Amino acid sequence: MSGMTFTMLDATKMSTAEIYGKTLCDLGEEHKEIVGLSADLAKSTKIGMFGEKFPERFFNVGIAEQNMFGMAAGMAKAGLVPYVSTFAVFTSMRALDQVHTDICYQNLDVKMIATHAGLSFGQAGSTHHCTEDIAIMRSMANMTVIVPADGVETAHAVRAAYGRKGPVYIRINRGFDQAVYERPDYGFELGKAVTMREGTDLTIIACGSTVWRAVEAARTLEKVDGLKVRVLNMHTIKPIDAEAIERAVRETRRIITVEDHTTIGGLGSAVAEVAAGTGKSFSFRRLGVPDCFSIIGLHEDLLAHYGIDENGIAAAVRETMGRDFEADENWDDEV
Amino acid sequence: MPLSSEEKRRLEEKAHELRNLSVDTVVWAGSGHIGGSMSAMDIMTILHHKYMKIDPKRPAMPDRDRFILSKGHIGVGYAPVLADLGYFDKELLKEYNHTGSPLGMHLDSKKVTGVEASTGSLGHGLAIGLGMAVAARLKGESWRTYVLLGDGECDEGEVWESAMAAAHFKATNLVTIVDRNRCMIDGPTEEVMALEPFADKWRAFGFEVVECDGHDFDSLAAAFDRAHAAKDKPVAIIANTVKGWGIDFIAGDYKWHYGGFDAEKTAKAKESLARHRDARLAGAAGGAGAAGKGGGK
Repeated sequence: MSGMTFTMLDATKMSTAEIYGKTLCDLGEEHKEIVGLSADLAKSTKIGMFGEKFPERFFNVGIAEQNMFGMAAGMAKAGLVPYVSTFAVFTSMRALDQVHTDICYQNLDVKMIATHAGLSFGQAGSTHHCTEDIAIMRSMANMTVIVPADGVETAHAVRAAYGRKGPVYIRINRGFDQAVYERPDYGFELGKAVTMREGTDLTIIACGSTVWRAVEAARTLEKVDGLKVRVLNMHTIKPIDAEAIERAVRETRRIITVEDHTTIGGLGSAVAEVAAGTGKSFSFRRLGVPDCFSIIGLHEDLLAHYGIDENGIAAAVRETMGRDFEADENWDDEV
Repeated sequence: MPLSSEEKRRLEEKAHELRNLSVDTVVWAGSGHIGGSMSAMDIMTILHHKYMKIDPKRPAMPDRDRFILSKGHIGVGYAPVLADLGYFDKELLKEYNHTGSPLGMHLDSKKVTGVEASTGSLGHGLAIGLGMAVAARLKGESWRTYVLLGDGECDEGEVWESAMAAAHFKATNLVTIVDRNRCMIDGPTEEVMALEPFADKWRAFGFEVVECDGHDFDSLAAAFDRAHAAKDKPVAIIANTVKGWGIDFIAGDYKWHYGGFDAEKTAKAKESLARHRDARLAGAAGGAGAAGKGGGK
């Protein structure tokens, strides 16, 4: 991976946000027009690492997200490339009017690296959880939405965002993520899903923190149940890799989506939109946070509570495999 | 520097011409935000025809001054200013609001040459302008950013977030102007949501405040001269204006925030504008009180 200045060993010792901070520092060396903005969350989001390295190019605007995203729009208009970091909940909701009108409408080069996404700030409760942002952000015209699976993929995404024209939303978690890749050069390509495991019985399409869990579930299902489960890491939600979804529908006929996000409007919905267009019949299930405000707890425990951990995913696969839908007389492959 | 009498006459004529073109645009568009267009027209005229370093032939000129119309709903006032300068063909104004037209109620920077930011959602312009001002300073460039806000718009919290930040970042290359016409959609500002003591609010947020008569070019010129000399604090110009200035049957009436003119009203509006232009040229009138009906200060 070009420009990556830390090893996999370093990556395992760094939180996902720290990897983002370090990557942004490296990018900032290469591109003088990059500036950083935060709203009193420089430390938490790790954009503060950029701020320490380039104090004249970093703007802490205080606890005022609307002004921050508006300023970022103005800076982008004047030829700078702002990277803006606050929590996902504030990026996608507190300042959404500014993201929509100032940034997306004008298709500006503002890169939003939103941290503490999904249920990763578990004990903070629903004021700081963010299980709606994928749905919101992917509905914005001109927006690119990336949900990296781990720290290494975050580094790729942060770099790819620079080269991508227009607004980019990258959603990362608080704290550490399980590393899903053994090597950094696995071939990250924006808009192209990564096949984590091949399989023909069923495809799990996951993003973010659920990718590692989906891979673990698939491993168990192969060992215990003898199932060949394909796992796709759909790191780019928009533009989505329609080809990979269509292939999964054709080749495995069973699709389960998993996301640390509400089941309304996020990855599952994005996959459904493509899959439904294939004209093929297939079995489909969306795993995620149901239509509710989450309970409080550690991220790990919340994922288990909502059935989006290894066990929950494995159980959903078994249930789907157990459905004898092909015997249904109404089942018609080619509609 | 005080305006020469020739310069003042030129500005008066230009403002009059632009007000008439704005009335025409409202007619072509079917309806529009006429009241706020009339109150802001002298401010937009002096900026575009005296102070701003711009070249309509080179709209992307890197060192141009920037103007952000934060009160983005007065597209029917702003589009004529740009068309008249030659940013685009004046004929296009006749298609205002038509299906597929680049010109709609709120001007889109991606579609209308000369427009620096797509505004319309109130409260956004100062933040965008501040971002530009900070960028100019970071890049070592000397251009200025002017942001025109509506007074009712200042109810929005984001305005004050941006005001706090502009003072914090000492954005003296940013000039904030408030079109203080004292009206908003549902009524007078002081009845709907009181802004006073308005100047004190800006001062408390770290601005130097210059109050002026927004329909008197000498008063506006003195205010801009002061703003351009800003040293440590950003300057906010509170331009006291009259909503619908120059058109007697709408002046000072909040109900004319938005509306349309039939042939009879159009003729009456133009006749009224001519009368006020003559009065201003004669030096007999002018100033916020001249056409006010309960507006102004």
